[in-house]
Amino acid sequence: MKFSVGGFAILAFLLVPILNLMMPAGHPLHLSAFWVTLLGKIMCYAIVALALDLVWGYAGILSLGHGLFFALGGYGMGMYLMRHIGREGQYQSDLPDFMVFLDWKELPWQWWGSEHFLWAMLLVVAVPGVLAFVFGYFAFRSRVKGVYFSIITQALTFAAMLLFFRNATGFGGNNGFTDFKRILGFSVTAPETRMALFVITAFVLLTTFLLARWIVGSKFGRVLAAIRDAEPRAMFCGYNTVHYKVAIFTLSAVLCGIAGALYVPQVGIINPSEMSPANSIEIAIWVAVGGRGTLLGAILGAGLVNGAKSFFTVAFPEYWLFALGAIFIAVTLFLPRGVLGILQRR
Amino acid sequence: MKIATLPEIKAVHGTVLYLDGISVSFDGFKALNNLSLAIDAGELRCVIGPNGAGKTTMMDVITGKTRPDEGKAVFGQSADLTRLSEAEIAHQGIGRKFQKPTIFERLSAFENLELAMKADKRVRAALLARSSSEDRDKIAATLTLVGLQESADREAGLLSHGQKQWLEIGMLLVQEPQLLLLDEPVAGMSDQETERTAELFLSLAGTHSLVVVEHDMAFIESIARKVTVLHEGSVLAEGPMESVKNDPRVIEVYLGR
Repeated sequence: MKFSVGGFAILAFLLVPILNLMMPAGHPLHLSAFWVTLLGKIMCYAIVALALDLVWGYAGILSLGHGLFFALGGYGMGMYLMRHIGREGQYQSDLPDFMVFLDWKELPWQWWGSEHFLWAMLLVVAVPGVLAFVFGYFAFRSRVKGVYFSIITQALTFAAMLLFFRNATGFGGNNGFTDFKRILGFSVTAPETRMALFVITAFVLLTTFLLARWIVGSKFGRVLAAIRDAEPRAMFCGYNTVHYKVAIFTLSAVLCGIAGALYVPQVGIINPSEMSPANSIEIAIWVAVGGRGTLLGAILGAGLVNGAKSFFTVAFPEYWLFALGAIFIAVTLFLPRGVLGILQRR
Repeated sequence: MKIATLPEIKAVHGTVLYLDGISVSFDGFKALNNLSLAIDAGELRCVIGPNGAGKTTMMDVITGKTRPDEGKAVFGQSADLTRLSEAEIAHQGIGRKFQKPTIFERLSAFENLELAMKADKRVRAALLARSSSEDRDKIAATLTLVGLQESADREAGLLSHGQKQWLEIGMLLVQEPQLLLLDEPVAGMSDQETERTAELFLSLAGTHSLVVVEHDMAFIESIARKVTVLHEGSVLAEGPMESVKNDPRVIEVYLGR
């Protein structure tokens, strides 16, 4: 465990930056921007996988709507980035291009304050957090459990996707946001900016991992496991299980929002397809593949599945979904404890 | 077990639990029908009755899992059990053992007791909680009492059925309840384990109030002082074991079969 955390830190904070920035292009050891972006993206996914593992692996709540929280964080960051395109857009207007295209004359209310980085960062954590808190409170108080909870989280993210597809919602409709220029004054495409985003993502991933490890090692974490194993017993022991479930669900959503905010400037686009039900199911597959209920497993699963996805979508684009389905079935049947389960058995 | 020689324990007087005219129906079926029952402080009460007599439903009402359609359920001086949540009722001092042993399978026996132990059970307290050495001593003592000192670090799901029953009883004890509700506590236990359970319950009576629901008549006879017979959701007979056993109505609906 110590070794893998240290190894990760060396790789992320030293090796990748050196190989990318110090090695001249064309050198065999040069790490191209493609790889930096891919690794950065996978680290964002790993944060999401950790967040889902906290609610699913430890508290037994299978949310199939975590893509929504990720996308909301991404939209929060995206609004800031859109405002800082300035007059460099197609229509050379102060308003984002899609608003000019829709013939809007001023910013709608949702965009208030979005040019301020700190306000945007507040939205990144507060919007997913408040949504998860309110939704979780009503769902858990009504004792919605198991597969019923999974289904309504799917419905939630699907409903949000339909909402964001509408132009009138004010977030660019089905095209979403793209063509970003600057973040905090730095060009988003400059190698140094990309590397800074990469290192920040690695730092957030490490922090998330340490936070999650502290949580699952605390009495709070054991109460979550207790709720997963025997919720009535936990209630008769005097735990208000609704509070515990709302707390972990909200924290998990906030972590997803942060991951989404880190993802958008690196990938350069956010649109409502991030909220599609299939995306959220894929997150659960990462966790299942890696080994749910283990933190390293969640990170490993996000890396393995997305690594495989990057390979397949280039080599055999039509077959990726079949491969994903096959991986999921194989893991469910043969590796109930995920890939980490095999590694630990040795 | 010779009950005749046991000294009469001087209990604190007063009623700890009072059910008055409780009725519960599920889709037209009356699980409880105008049930009234009073448990004195320090009493050990056995509740028997055929399947479907309403024994488990009665426990559900007392612990807040099921809300009665009619009637009053009062604990201690004034706690209205029909309005409190399960967790609030637990904090009032009622502990419950389920029919099927219900423990936290993936946690160790020690951790099971740690979570059950009387403490501040809110989220923030749990995040910052550190177990004190008194807590650990108390858990160790309880593990010894229920015969699990060797299995403290074992995953609870790997314990035998009887050991799980004991662990659940241990979890009730560290919760320090005034009233223990025990639904078939000796199901699946060996004769020796059953005998030790009887001894434990008898030692708890007096300082705690116990309500034991059981089918094992030998066990009931070994601990019983006052017995309540439920039938079709209400009390059919109540009194000392001897008189209940010879009650013709009881023989007809239950013992005779």
